[in-house]
Amino acid sequence: MLRTTLLVAALAATFPAVADPDLNALRAEIQALKSNYEARIQALETRLQQTENAAPVALPAAEAAPVQSAGNRFNPDISLILQGGYTHLGKGDKRRITGFMPADHDSTPTRGFSLNGTELVMSASIDPSFRGHLIVALQDEAAEVEEAWFQTTRLGNGFSLKGGRFRSGLGYQNEKHPHAWDFADNTLMYRALFGEAYGNDGVQLKGVAPTDLFMELGAEAGRGANFPGTDRNRNGVGSVALFGHLGGDVSIAHSWRGGLSYLHTQARDREASLDDLNAVEANTLFSGKSKTWVADLVWKWAPEGNASERSFKFSTEYFLRNERGTLLCQDNTSDFGKCDGTEGAYRTQQSGLYAQGVYQFMPHWRTGYRYDRLNTGSVDFGSNNASLNAVNYSPIRHSLMLDYSPSEFSRLRLQYSKDKSMQGLAENQWFVQYVHSLGSHGAHTF
Amino acid sequence: MKRLLALFILLLPLSAHASLNVFACEPEWAALAHELGGNDVKVYSATTAMQDPHRIEARPSLIAQMRRADLVVCTGAELEIGWLPILLRDAGNAGVQPGQPGYFEATRFVTLMEKPTRLDRADGDVHASGNPHIHTDPRNILRVSEALAARLIEIDPAHAAEHRARGVSFSARWHAAMTGWKTRAAPLKGLPVVVQHKSFSYLLNWLEMRTLATLEPKPGVEPSVGYLASVAAQLQTTPAKLVLRAAYQSPRPADWLAQRAGIPALALPYTVGGSERASDLFGLFDDTLDQLLKAAP
Repeated sequence: MLRTTLLVAALAATFPAVADPDLNALRAEIQALKSNYEARIQALETRLQQTENAAPVALPAAEAAPVQSAGNRFNPDISLILQGGYTHLGKGDKRRITGFMPADHDSTPTRGFSLNGTELVMSASIDPSFRGHLIVALQDEAAEVEEAWFQTTRLGNGFSLKGGRFRSGLGYQNEKHPHAWDFADNTLMYRALFGEAYGNDGVQLKGVAPTDLFMELGAEAGRGANFPGTDRNRNGVGSVALFGHLGGDVSIAHSWRGGLSYLHTQARDREASLDDLNAVEANTLFSGKSKTWVADLVWKWAPEGNASERSFKFSTEYFLRNERGTLLCQDNTSDFGKCDGTEGAYRTQQSGLYAQGVYQFMPHWRTGYRYDRLNTGSVDFGSNNASLNAVNYSPIRHSLMLDYSPSEFSRLRLQYSKDKSMQGLAENQWFVQYVHSLGSHGAHTF
Repeated sequence: MKRLLALFILLLPLSAHASLNVFACEPEWAALAHELGGNDVKVYSATTAMQDPHRIEARPSLIAQMRRADLVVCTGAELEIGWLPILLRDAGNAGVQPGQPGYFEATRFVTLMEKPTRLDRADGDVHASGNPHIHTDPRNILRVSEALAARLIEIDPAHAAEHRARGVSFSARWHAAMTGWKTRAAPLKGLPVVVQHKSFSYLLNWLEMRTLATLEPKPGVEPSVGYLASVAAQLQTTPAKLVLRAAYQSPRPADWLAQRAGIPALALPYTVGGSERASDLFGLFDDTLDQLLKAAP
C-alpha cells in the first residue's frame, strides 16, 4: 500500500501539469483506501487499549463471585447408602461362633433376599469451632443412631476432641461402616469382639505429632454400655480405650499404617446363652472386667501411586481378649440341664485374627481373599466347670470375592465363603450384594 | 512417662521451623508456591503428575504433612472433595481450615468454564462449580499467582519484601513467556482435537483450538468400545487432527482412537512433572506447545 502511495506521489510529482481525470479518480480512490485503513487501525488500537484496561478489572470480578463448593451451603451434606442382596447359607439355626460369648449386635447375615444396611449420613460445619456428623441406620422397626457426634476444628497443635456417640478409633476396620467393607459380611474377629464394631457414647481426644512419620495417639472415655461391657446405670466412666497409629509412605507406590489399641470395659450381668454339658441351653450372667488388645496393619500398593488402573490392599488385625470376673449359670434343671444357679469364677483368654488382600486387576474390577481364624484359647468356668463345657476349637473361614464398581458411587459384589466357625459344620455360603451411595461425595479414607 | 517426655522435648525443635510449610494439593501449585516463596517456603506436593487428583486417598503421610502445614494451596471446585476434607479433619491443624488465611483455593480467583446447568450423578462425576483443571491456561496461573503472592505476604509478613519481589519477578517473566507462547502457538489456532477427559478445556480455550469430542462419554466414566467407535465414526465426517490425554490417564482409549482415525495421540504433561521437560511451570507450557506444534500437521 505504501509502495502504491509512493508510486502515485512520484507520478504526480513528475507530471504535475497533467490533470488527467483518470489520475484524479485514482488519487481519490487511494485517499479513500488510506482513510479506511487508518480508521480500522485506530479501531484496533482502541480495542487493544480497552482489553488492556479491562484485564486488571477482570481479576476482582472473578474474586467477587467466589466459587462455592457444594459442601459449603448451609444445608448439611447428605448421603444415603442403599445396601442389600441375596445370601445363601446352610441350615445352622443358631449361627453362633463356637466357643465365643455372642455379642448383642451380632451382624450375622440373614438368608435369602434382604436389605442389610440402609444408612443416612449427614455432616456439616456447625460454626468455625465445630463440625457435626450423624449416621442413622434405618431398619424395619426402628431407626438406630449409629453415630452422632461433634468434633472440634480449632483446638490446633494436631489435637481434636470428639464428643457424642461415635465408633471407637481402635484397630483398623472398626471405624468403617459395612458399605466400606471389602467383603460382603463382617470379619469373624469383629463379630466375636463387638458384634459389628465398637461404638460408644463418650469423648475422644486425638492428637497427631508434627513429624514426617504419621504418629497419632488417642484416648476415649465413655459409657461402655455396648458388648463386651454392659450398661451399669452408674456415674463415671464405663469404658476406656487407648490407641496409637504410625504410618507413612515407603515410596510413592507403597504406603502403610500400623497400630496398637487397648479397650477396657466392665460388665454387670451380661447375658449370654450357652449350651451346657447336657447340650441344654443355659442362660449365663457375666460380671467383671474385659480387656481387649488389637494390633492392626494395612499396606497399600498402586503403580506410581495411581490407583485408577491397578492397586493392591492388604490388611490384617489380631486381637487378644482377657475376661475376669464371675459367671452365674441360671438354673435349667427343669429342662434337664446341668446348671443349678451357681455363681463361679470366670477367666478367659481368647485371640483371633483376619488377613485379607484385595487386588484391583483392571479399572472397576477387584478380587479379594480373606482368611479368618479365632482361637477359643483358655476358658475357665471355675465351679461351673461341672456344668459348662469349655470347648477347644478354632473357628476358621475362607472367603473369596469379586466386585465390580461401575462408578465411585455403586458396587456389585459376588462372594463365596467356606465357613467353619460353627463346630461340626463346614458351610458353603454365597453372597450377591449391591452397595450404592446417593448424594454427597464419599470419603476416600485410607 | 519420663521417656515420653524426653521424646516430646526431642520433637519440639521440629515444630519450631524457620521457613513456611506449604502443602500443595497438586504439583502445579507446588511449583507456583516455589516460584513465589523461594527459600522462605518448604513445599510439599500431595500428588504427582502420574496420579489422578480426583482419586487420591487420605494416606497417613498426607495427614502428617497437613498437620505441619502453615499454608494449604489447593485447586478447590471439588477436585479434591474425596480426600482433602478428611486430611483437614484428621490433622487437627486449626490454621489451615477453610476460611482461615492458611487455606487457599486457586479456583476462587478465576472464572470457571463448563459449569453444569444440571446437577445429576446420571451425568457422571460432575463438578458443581465448573471444570477445575484451570492451570492449563497460563492466564489463570497469572491470576492465581497474584492472589497467592498476596496470601504469602499476609501469613508471612516477616518476609513480605522478598515475597513481593518474587511475585513481581514471576509476573514479569510469565508475561514475557506468555507472549512468546501465544506467538509460537499461532498455527494451532482453530485446530480440531479430541480429548480423553476434560483436562485441557482451559488450554484449548487459550489457544483457540477446537474440541470435537471427548472420549469419556460422561466425566469420570471410562469409554466403552461402542462409544469409542461412535466417536471414530463422528471423526469420519468431521476429522480431528490430534487426540490429547494427560500423562496420568490410561493410554488405551486415546491410542485406540488415534490408530482408528490415523491421527497422532499425545500424552501431554498436564502438570509439572508430567514429562522430563515439564520440571517447572515454564517447562510445562514449553513442552506442551512443542508437543502440539510438532504433532500438528
